[in-house]
This record gives sequence, C-alpha cells and structure tokens, in this order.
Amino acid sequence: MMVMMALRLALRSLLRNRMRSALTALGVIIGVAALLVTVVLGEGTRKMVAAQIASMGSAILMIVPGASAQGGFMGGTGSGRPLQRDDVEAILQARSVRYAVPVDRTVAQVVSSNLNWQTPIIGTTTDYLALRDWPVARGRFFNAAENDTAAKVCVLGRTVAQNIFGESDPVGQQLRVKQMPCEVIGLLAAKGQSAMGSDQDDVLIMPSLTLRTRVLNQNRQYVSTIMVSATSEDDLAAAESEVVSILRQRHKLTDDQENDFTVRNLAELVQTQQKIVETQTGMLRNVAAVSLLVGGIGIMNIMLVSVTERTREIGIRLAIGAREKDILLQFLVEAVVLSVMGGLLGIGLGMLAATLFAKLGGGMPVDFSAFWMVLGFGVSVAIGVLFGFYPARKAARLDPIDALRYE
Amino acid sequence: MTSRPWVAWGVCRLNFFVVEPGASHKVTLPLPHMTDAVENSQPLLRLSKITKVYTRGDLAVPALRGIDLFIEQGEFVAVMGPSGSGKSTLMNLIGCLDRPTSGAYFLEGQDVAQLSRDELAGVRLRTLGFVFQGFNLLSRTTALENVELPLLYAGMKSVERAERAKEALRRVGLDARAGHTPNQLSGGQQQRVAIARALVTRPKLLLADEPTGNLDSRTSIEVMALLQELNAEGLTVLLVTHEPDIASYAGRLLLVKDGRLRTDEKRAAMSAKQALSEWRDEETLQ
Ligand SMILES: Nc1ncnc2c1ncn2[C@@H]1O[C@H](COP(=O)(O)OP(=O)(O)O)[C@@H](O)[C@H]1O
Ligand SMILES: [Mg+2]
Repeated sequence: MMVMMALRLALRSLLRNRMRSALTALGVIIGVAALLVTVVLGEGTRKMVAAQIASMGSAILMIVPGASAQGGFMGGTGSGRPLQRDDVEAILQARSVRYAVPVDRTVAQVVSSNLNWQTPIIGTTTDYLALRDWPVARGRFFNAAENDTAAKVCVLGRTVAQNIFGESDPVGQQLRVKQMPCEVIGLLAAKGQSAMGSDQDDVLIMPSLTLRTRVLNQNRQYVSTIMVSATSEDDLAAAESEVVSILRQRHKLTDDQENDFTVRNLAELVQTQQKIVETQTGMLRNVAAVSLLVGGIGIMNIMLVSVTERTREIGIRLAIGAREKDILLQFLVEAVVLSVMGGLLGIGLGMLAATLFAKLGGGMPVDFSAFWMVLGFGVSVAIGVLFGFYPARKAARLDPIDALRYE
Repeated sequence: MTSRPWVAWGVCRLNFFVVEPGASHKVTLPLPHMTDAVENSQPLLRLSKITKVYTRGDLAVPALRGIDLFIEQGEFVAVMGPSGSGKSTLMNLIGCLDRPTSGAYFLEGQDVAQLSRDELAGVRLRTLGFVFQGFNLLSRTTALENVELPLLYAGMKSVERAERAKEALRRVGLDARAGHTPNQLSGGQQQRVAIARALVTRPKLLLADEPTGNLDSRTSIEVMALLQELNAEGLTVLLVTHEPDIASYAGRLLLVKDGRLRTDEKRAAMSAKQALSEWRDEETLQ
C-alpha cells in the first residue's frame, strides 16, 4: 500500500518535470535498447547457426590435404600427399562412416542460349545429396554410371536455375560450363544460406569425373576434398579417428610423423563463425554497459537535485510523522519509475533496432521472447534501485528542523 | 460547552448557505483526551533541567540553559520572549523534532529523550500536531491531500483517510475548499488547512510556532478563535508568539529569556470569539 502511494507520488513528481525526466531517462533508453539489440541479435545468430548446422548435417567431416594449419579451414595446401579417389573408397569401409564423397570445387561461367552466370561448381558423386540431406525438386540426380563415364550432365541449385532459365523448367535444357556442353537433369530443392552467409542454392553440381577431366583438365586420380558423414551424431568422434587411422595407414605414415591431411568438422567451423558475430555484438554490449552507467549516474544526479529542491517538502513530511523508510521509499520509487520508463521506451526502441539490423544483416530470425522484455525491465529496475538509493537515503536522513528551515 | 454549537465561526461565515449552523452533521471529532484528562492525573508533558547547546564548528551556542516545565492536559499555553531567546528551540524539543543536550522530557509519562529517530516520528504522528508560521503546506497539492498526509503515514486505508480528512476540513470550515491548492487559498485559509492537517490524527498536543506571524490581525484572531475552540474541546495547545494580544488568548503565559523560563503565570484568557464579534460591530458602525 505504501508502494502504491509512492508510485502515485513518483508519477506526479516526474510528470511535473516532463522534459527533465525525459532527458534523464535517455541514458537508460539507449542502454536498454542497445542491450536488447545485443541479446536479440546474439540469440538470432545462435538460432540461425543452429538451423544451418541442422541443414548441413552436423555429423559431417571434411578432409583436406596438408597438415592442419591453425585456424584455416582449408588447412595447408601442397604439402604432403594429395587425397586420392581410392581414399574415398577406403574411408567408406569404416564402421562409423555412412557416406564418403569426393568434392571438387571451382567457379565458372555457365552459359545458356541467351544468358550467362558465374557460379560455384561442385564435382562429386551420387551420395552427395544423401550426405547433405538435400532433396531433388524436379528431375533426378546423376547415378554412379554417369559418374564413372564422366557424363555431360548437371544438376542446378535454385538460384542458378532462376538466373539462367527464369521461371521455365530447366530440366532437359542444355547449357555450357566453360566450353563443355551439358544437359540439366535435375533441379535441387531450395536450401538457403550457409553458416558462412553464402547462398547454398547458387551452385551447379556435376559428376566428380566430369568436372575433373572435362572442365578442369586435372588428373582423375586425385580429389581436393573428401566429405564424410558419420552414422550418427554420436559416432562423429569415432568416425573421425577411424578416418585418421585409415588415411595414416594408406599414406604410410610412421608413428612419429604428423598427419599429412586435416580433418575438420562443420560444428567447429560454425563455432568460429559464431565467435565472429559475438565479437561484433560485444561492441554493442559495451555501448549498452556505458549507456546504462551514464544513465544511472544521470538518474542519481537528477534525484540529488530533486532532493535538494524538495528539502522543505521532506521536512514537512518528516515533521508530520513520516519515518526514514517512508521518505526512502518515496525517492527510491521515483528513481525506479524514472528508470523503468526509460527501460520500457528502450525495449521498444531496441525491438525496432533489432528488427532493422536483422533485416540489413540478411534476414536472420529475430525472436522477441518475453524473457528479453523481462530482462530489459529488470535491468532498468536494477539501475533505478542502484543509482536511486544514495539520493533517497540522503533525503531520508535529512534533519527535520534543518529541512523545514531550508529556503 | 455542550450548548455551544460545534461549528466554528469560520464555517458560519464561509458556508452560511451550505451548512446550517448547529445542524446535526455527525462531524464532531471524538476527542478521547477529554476523558483521559479526568482519569489521568499525570501531566501531559514534563521537562526537567532541559538544556540545548548548538555547536557551530568550535563554538558552542547554548540555546536552552535548564528548563523545568509541566503542562497539564487541556491547557492553552503561550510562549513569549525576545528573538533568539530559545522559543523555537524549546518548541522543537517538545515537538520531538530534536533531542535535548541534557535533561529529561516525559511526554504522557514516556521518556522521549531516549527514543530513536523513527520512534520520535511515531510520537509526532500520533501524539503531536504542528502548525507553522509559514503554513508549510505541500504546494501543488490540494487541501484535502495535504490534510490526508499524516493519515497516509499512519497507514490508513484511502476511503477512511478521505473521510477523516474531509471531517477535519469541515471542522476548520474549509470543506468547500477541499480541492484547492495552497496558492488558490488566502493566508488564513492556508493556516486553517494546516490546522486541519495537525488535527486529523487526533493529537493530544498542538504545537504552533508563531502561527499568526504571517497573517493580518483580523485573520490572526480568527485563527486564535479556532484554536480556542479546539482547546475548549480538550486539545492542549502550546503556542509561540511575539504579539501580546495574541498571547492574551492563552490561559497561561511563559516568558523565555536567554534560554531560561523567566515567568510562568496563569490568568484569565480573553475570548477571541468575542473579540471578533466586537470587531464586526465596529465594522458595522463605520
Ligand atoms: N541550528 C542551529 N544551530 C546553531 N544555533 C542555533 C540553531 N538554531 C538556533 N540557534 C541559536 O539558538 C538560539 C535560540 O534560537 P531560537 O530557538 O530559534 O530562538 P527564538 O525562536 O526564540 O527566536 C539563538 O541564539 C540561535 O542563534
Ligand atoms: Mg523562533
């Protein structure tokens, strides 16, 4: 009941000095807004990354030639023995491995009768789609025979299909990859963005041997990358150690020699990606912290001014019989109300800004769960209490006679 | 006393067409101390060898140098004395706004010199009422809300609070001004609101430090008439003034000089009500 009364008093007092209240609340408004943007974007990224892991398959290993170079996903190049097509077959024998496919990549000009399009090209084998858990929307994927004969066929991602054939059905159409004519036999289902932020649908997939021998004119024996999926997520570590021992054996490495290849898993890659985002939101977190601090100090300052201005009022209240805690509560509640008003506006502003940033940042999901609102509210209450306490205590401890005499 | 209408003169004047004087309005404040006075022979307050020394840096300023004083329930006491003699200091001590440097102060038998800050606030809330020279109403706050204020701190529910505050405003003849803020009221009206605020908790002792100091002589007498009426209903009144004619409405006069009680005499009080009617007669003659 005392709190209700203090609330009414606080609102009245703050509304008397509208402009002053608004300016004082500004720090908290910006602070809470920045805080909200930080957490919402952070959470959005986390969810996006999780979704991408799910879309890529989390139980995936990438094997590249060369000893592991720190931080670099591609590892070292040139050093050691290149990976071979036979390595894929050998890895496939491992118990914890479900699929193993060679993956070669290039970027090339794709030309149809009237349009052309620069696009990433993947050369792989039949299991690739199963490994990526990626269905074909129309037509079909190439089969083992087409791979073995280096058939001139390809499958298009949504983006490529749209850019070259527009809305018309690409299946059965002809196009050229560099100089090689090629028949489109399938259209892949849309996949969306990757963890790196690239468009996974901007891709053309053809048989591994076709790419190697007909487009790149490279030795058919080698592959640049091997992609492996484990039988389940739990088997990923087992699969990794099996792959390592198989390759070490095939590469005839002695115990004192380092691996001449690198095994990476996608979850790791995604974590790296997440760290980058966290560094970026970390900046904003600092802005939030500084704004909240400045906002809090502003509140303390204005409350001290208010206590001085209202010394006589405090004296009257004390003389009439208000206890210390009554006065303390009155001014504390006023500080908290001021801070919470700022907090509520900050939550609104933060939601607006987060939505905007998310749009600019490529449509990551923004999810304003009630928890973030409660967090913003809680933070502003805490700021009010923390920075309102000192002025409120000062008011409560005034000597009634001195306060009454104050002019 | 019972035959006299409860309505203060101010009510007759202000609300002549609204409230019939003497109409049974069930608003008389029950003043429990009337019966207390009979049952309880101990004085309302007793000061014994009270001193107060202010320290300003290294300088010690003795404001009170040993005051002994009894005040019985129902008395109307005026305190006079030159400026700086310690009248306000004495009032502040009796009002539990300050503690003496030495000496004992018993209020209703309780040694209040020993009480904590919050306990003193409780005594001020329940037992004492204050009226100041400068009215000390909260600005931009209606008369009713000003009067409700002590009840708020007493933790009273809002309905009962408003009821009691209206009752007190009616008692001082200002129920028609309940919604006015201090700057919409005259000095005399503001002081009556302040008196209503002091009355609303039904205190035993009303302390008034120069309550008429900011009022013209006519309004001063009106306020004194109200205080006399409240006193007649059993309220003990202690009032500081530097005007002899204001002091003449009190039944007991204390003279303070250099922090000591020089004179303490009882005498017949003048009637402020009568003074007012004479004043009115003079006005009609002119
Ligand atoms: N807060 C204070 N600090 C120091 N000296 C004070 C204080 N209040 C009053 N005094 C001194 O105490 C004496 C009595 O003051 P006061 O009680 O206000 O006198 P009065 O009300 O009779 O004019 C004066 O000399 C005054 O200067
Ligand atoms: Mg004085």
